[in-house]
Amino acid sequence: MTTLSMSDLMPALPELWVAAASLVLLLIGTFRGDRGTGLVSWLSIAVLIIAAVLVVSGPQDKTVTFGGMFIVDAFGVFAKVLALLGSSLAIIMSLGYLRNEGMARFEFPILIVLATLGMMMMISANDMMSLYLGLELQSLALYVVAAFKRDSVRATEAGLKYFVLGALSSGMLLYGISLIYGFTGSTNFVQLAETLRSTDVAHSVGLIVGLVFLVSGLAFKVSAVPFHMWTPDVYEGAATPVTAFLAAAPKIAAMALFLRTLVAPFMEAFAQWQQIIVVIAIASMALGAFAALRQDNLKRLMAYSSIGHMGYALMGLAAGTSQGLQGVLVYLALYLVMNVGTFAAILTMRVRGTMVEGVNDLAGLGKSNPMMAFALAILMFSLAGIPPMAGFFGKFYVFLAAVDAKLYVMAVAGVLSSVVAAYYYLRIIKVMYFDDPAESFEQPMPGEMRAILAVSGAFTLLFVLYPAPLLAWARIAAGALLP
Amino acid sequence: MVLQEITFYLFSAIIVASGVMVIAARNPVHSVLFLILAFFNAAGLFILVGAEFLAMIMVIVYVGAVAVLFLFVVMMLDINYVELRQGFLNYLPIGALIGFILLVELVFVLGTRFATPETVGATGAPIPPLSEMTNTEALGQVLYTRYIYLFQASGMVLLVAMIGAIVLTLRERGGVRRQSIARQVARRRDEAVEVRKVTPGSGI
Repeated sequence: MTTLSMSDLMPALPELWVAAASLVLLLIGTFRGDRGTGLVSWLSIAVLIIAAVLVVSGPQDKTVTFGGMFIVDAFGVFAKVLALLGSSLAIIMSLGYLRNEGMARFEFPILIVLATLGMMMMISANDMMSLYLGLELQSLALYVVAAFKRDSVRATEAGLKYFVLGALSSGMLLYGISLIYGFTGSTNFVQLAETLRSTDVAHSVGLIVGLVFLVSGLAFKVSAVPFHMWTPDVYEGAATPVTAFLAAAPKIAAMALFLRTLVAPFMEAFAQWQQIIVVIAIASMALGAFAALRQDNLKRLMAYSSIGHMGYALMGLAAGTSQGLQGVLVYLALYLVMNVGTFAAILTMRVRGTMVEGVNDLAGLGKSNPMMAFALAILMFSLAGIPPMAGFFGKFYVFLAAVDAKLYVMAVAGVLSSVVAAYYYLRIIKVMYFDDPAESFEQPMPGEMRAILAVSGAFTLLFVLYPAPLLAWARIAAGALLP
Repeated sequence: MVLQEITFYLFSAIIVASGVMVIAARNPVHSVLFLILAFFNAAGLFILVGAEFLAMIMVIVYVGAVAVLFLFVVMMLDINYVELRQGFLNYLPIGALIGFILLVELVFVLGTRFATPETVGATGAPIPPLSEMTNTEALGQVLYTRYIYLFQASGMVLLVAMIGAIVLTLRERGGVRRQSIARQVARRRDEAVEVRKVTPGSGI
């Protein structure tokens, strides 16, 4: 009989903190009612920031606990900090919206905190079972958040669609896990790697079929083609702060889970999963580029843009080298900053008390609000990958890794689709600066939005001057995953 | 041994009979009640093989939750069951096919037991023999130690499900009479009770 001691719990301290704090927040919310939404929101942000501090100050080298189900390493620390940052920024961005749209209910920030707990558990998963439970915790909270604006038909539809397709993908994931368990006899990542090394099972059909189902389930969560169908509808239907949240933190957590699940246990079967990832990456980049060309709704456009960006990030995974993984991590960090900035801009688009989200509503922003237009232009240049903006470096590192791994077809496809994708990013800049002015947005912009937009704009513009810390940190994180 | 066999055949016969009645009963409420009977007898079978934990779970989860849910649905939804029954013969082939597939799968499961007997005991976490400890004790020994992380994580998932259900469906409606405990407690005797003299032969 095994017993748990305090030292077994310490590596999971950030998770325990978030779990316990979410229960306390729930109590505060229940006692204060919906009047307490602002208080609960700010407390949630504080909880997430404290969790980030605990993550950074916790163990950085490989520590395994809970019978090998939970792992803490430099990779996990990197991904968790990004996810926590994304979630707390999402709560900050939701504050004004919740007030204005009559959606101020205290459960919203709590659900985001619980989703973040799921993300942290996903990132630290070292066993198929803990992977699944983390994923479900995150997804379930996301389904509810997507339908949170329950009086809107579109939000309800978005939530339902997300739920049904998400349940389907969970089914595929579980089926894959059961096959893998059946053919290897273990669900633990370390033991799986050991079994694949010492036996011939890496080439058995059963394991490969299981792997395909596992990758399908994970590809759904990062919305990679051909499992992307839910993304545009959910992004468009859900309330805008929810979309801002969905596009940032969950994507990062799912991508980190994707990396760990393929690299840690299945590196011996690299040749098998590499082909799948190459196809998924090329298809995502192409679809992200072409499907967004004719979109006039900014949220839909950002959905296709995020599909494309996930394709670029997967390129680094397909390379399967330490350099490639470093590229993915850098890409994710920059993607987070750019996406949060862009959604901060979208969330300030209010005309006479209602939110607008069309590309044409931005017309003439260069004259009516030059600072916002300038920041948005920087972000668009960066999303398109034009040097010297930060987005260029994200793409640069994954392309470099792909070329080094001799995946020329994928690299060429990536370059071509980023040329196509540049069209719709640049179109937004053209509309802002050269089109006849539309009605200008409500002034003044909320302070928190202005701050987020300014910081993310400045970061993307100035990243070129001092990229070393992020690159070094990402290299340590990638090294922890792939020795 | 004879007693065990008699009990086994008794439980099995009742399960089969009530299984037939579930699809044959005219009244859907009777169908559900027969289903509950089948569940109870299946729990009895579990006890016979020494799986007392499964038996209790069977009663608590299937009878206590699932079947009662069925009963609620059957009673609350106004479905015309006579009409629903009309397509019975049309769906018979598909139903028979599914039944046949289930039968084949069961044969396979039993077949492996005879073809490769060594696979039977080869599980990742074998249960200790019944002579050492009961099922419930064995489960309890790993559930709160080895699998504590998964156990607690499942708890969080269920909490999110509960919050989600409340967030998405609970609406405050006006004009609903609610219990106000404070007002009930604050009520004094003289507000509620009045003593009158009643003269015999006449009412109040």
